Amino acid sequence: MPVINLRVNGNPVSGEVEARTLLVQFLRDNLRLTGTHVGCDTSQCGACVVLMDGKSVKSCTMLAMMADDCDVTTIEGLANGSELHRMQQAFMDNHGLQCGFCTPGMIMSALDIVERNGNDLDEATIRRELTGNICRCTGYHNIVKAVKAGAKAMGD
Amino acid sequence: MYDFSYHNPDSVAGAVSAMNKAEDGKFVAGGQTMLPTMKHRLASPSDIIVLGGIAELSGITVDGDSISIGAMTTHAEVAASSDVQAMIPALAALAANIGDPAVRNCGTIGGSVANNDPAADYPAAVIALGATVKTSKREISADDFFTGMFETALEEDELITAISFPKADAAAYMKFENPASRYAIVGVFVAKTGDDVRVGITGATPCAHRGMRLEGVLNSNFSGDALESVEIPVDKMNADIHASAEYRAHLVKVMTRRAVAACS
Repeated sequence: MPVINLRVNGNPVSGEVEARTLLVQFLRDNLRLTGTHVGCDTSQCGACVVLMDGKSVKSCTMLAMMADDCDVTTIEGLANGSELHRMQQAFMDNHGLQCGFCTPGMIMSALDIVERNGNDLDEATIRRELTGNICRCTGYHNIVKAVKAGAKAMGD
Repeated sequence: MYDFSYHNPDSVAGAVSAMNKAEDGKFVAGGQTMLPTMKHRLASPSDIIVLGGIAELSGITVDGDSISIGAMTTHAEVAASSDVQAMIPALAALAANIGDPAVRNCGTIGGSVANNDPAADYPAAVIALGATVKTSKREISADDFFTGMFETALEEDELITAISFPKADAAAYMKFENPASRYAIVGVFVAKTGDDVRVGITGATPCAHRGMRLEGVLNSNFSGDALESVEIPVDKMNADIHASAEYRAHLVKVMTRRAVAACS
């Protein structure tokens, strides 16, 4: 089987994959990084969003081999030990989740939103930018508040 | 999805060679349509030839009064390009509203145009702006490129290398979108250059096409009111759970009117 070499959360990793192995399968099944979720498996819901070379991608709609030689960041790569990333902390502070299934994708997408739009985000921008992430619990209100607060905290 | 052989060529010639050796090969650009299609087993190619490693297929270059966009340029790159924003802002705005941010970071203009989904956005722009599709073999005018539902003039071993868009004096794209997928239920791109108006329509029929009746009226009177007299043939329209044929025919005129207003 083909072998891929990439960096995940800053660490070099390699693994044998089938050509058809999805990036999300490689992360969850080979690396046991199960923070990246599979919600719909049809690129609608965004629970599987990770950063690849700094940009948000849906890891259920990407072959693992396409990530060969790339830098991948998953939700597990954000916290510094027990100290949460500021975006994670903002989701906690603002109760930006109920069941939590969509949260990893929401947070990874939020980082991409901040990267492209800066730290001072209005509600309309956040809602428009979250179109690719579906939450079935919260009605989004606290997620939007969390992204706004997290973005601001990241700039402080 | 069924397994397949994976090819990652670093040149257009290498990609074509891999395709010619494959039993049932498919080129894969950003994969945002191809991979879901393979997961559903609607396609099960023996070989996929991934184009992401071919540097010559990416990038945006201004050439006088036209702008050439490499086939592997992502929607996000087109949307963020200061050159596209300056020359054809309607094209940048169109790209900025395809799918969602993560899809736009992967999906490409070449993949979208080659796939020719009947509800895709780019075909309307390619048609209305009178773009030229550059391929590994030749150059194809927009009017000759889109031949039917998911069908184009491309041959099996031919891939898009770039699309060249001439600048318009004014242009606008208006989309009535499906709120879940953000595909166009009806999208209309209007481009005006001098006295010449071109209208590209997507979503309404099985294949994006020029709105010749609309152009005929707009060429002599570039105003929304002029559209009142135009009859949109209902029997040519798509009909599905999202919109009836009559509704789509109505939307064609509404979206055209809004695009004309945005051009003025």
